[in-house]
Amino acid sequence: MDIPYTVKPRPDTGLYNAKVGIWLFLASEVMLFGAFFSAYILLRVTAQHGFWPDVADGWPHGLLNIPIGTFNTAVLISSSVTVVMAWMALKENNFPKFRNFMIFTVACALGFLGIKTFEYKEKFSHYVIRTTDGKVVTGHLDVDGKSPLFWNLDTVKSKNIEKLKVEVDIPNKYRFPVGMHVPEDIHKAHAEGRHHDEKEIEVSQIESLKAFIPSTHPFFAIYFTMTFLHGLHVLGGALVLAYFTFIGTDLWKTNPEQFTNRIEVGGLFWHFVDLVWIFLFPVVYLL
Amino acid sequence: MSLKTFHLVFVTVSVLLMLVIAAWNFGNYRDNGTPADLTWGIASVVVAVGLLIYGKVFLRKFKNVSYL
Repeated sequence: MDIPYTVKPRPDTGLYNAKVGIWLFLASEVMLFGAFFSAYILLRVTAQHGFWPDVADGWPHGLLNIPIGTFNTAVLISSSVTVVMAWMALKENNFPKFRNFMIFTVACALGFLGIKTFEYKEKFSHYVIRTTDGKVVTGHLDVDGKSPLFWNLDTVKSKNIEKLKVEVDIPNKYRFPVGMHVPEDIHKAHAEGRHHDEKEIEVSQIESLKAFIPSTHPFFAIYFTMTFLHGLHVLGGALVLAYFTFIGTDLWKTNPEQFTNRIEVGGLFWHFVDLVWIFLFPVVYLL
Repeated sequence: MSLKTFHLVFVTVSVLLMLVIAAWNFGNYRDNGTPADLTWGIASVVVAVGLLIYGKVFLRKFKNVSYL
């Protein structure tokens, strides 16, 4: 059976069918991500004050790694450029050039996911500790030279630990929102290259100990939900693009126009995924 | 909308993102005077200009490809 309008535009829409299909799909995706961005706004404006007692803002800042996030943004922007170049290479009838650009695109996608995994692991071993005197610190635990993941106060107590070694973060300046002056001692510590202070905290003095996981604060809940959903899209896009690059290339020999259209459709999805990140990055990392 | 058009939209939004990042860095520099913020701010402006130039070259190179 011949599927109609895979190459030629359908007279009523003026587009080949797959392009209409991908735009309808992307419209539903806009609604999906739009709902999460709305949830982010609602969570943020209703956040309880006091996550940091010394900062009059209920929303945590400075807990994500901005240089890594910026690097990942550059990776995705580069991959968008190369996917377009791959499509253009097919239009110029240059298959080897297409393949090179696609390999680079898929490598960027995998690189992005690898970096994101590293970021997630770093968060799961990062803790916010509230002590009975009302103080709050963040940092990594040091248990026999290892930095455990997903611990809480019950885990610490079940291991009969009396004193907890913590690499306490010296707060970075991003903890203080734009417009707020950063205390001088923090500047001084960073200028001296100090980012952590080793401290021992009595377990009996700890009121709560929570890893940077979704249940710890609505910020982490929405951060992990949105970035994980986005990551799934990156993975899905990478698999499709990899299929077009390595396995599904026979169509190029039999019907090059249809193959070129498939790459365009894949490229449209890839651009959408990258565009979501362009909005996600400033929202969760910077603001 | 073809991939060419969507790419141009993407480049435009990326330029705007770079300008937002530049403003954010300059805001941090104004508050705290850290030279690194000024450097990152200037770098963001440079990348924004680079993306604008890329967009212009892209448009010229692929002027024969449809916007639809």
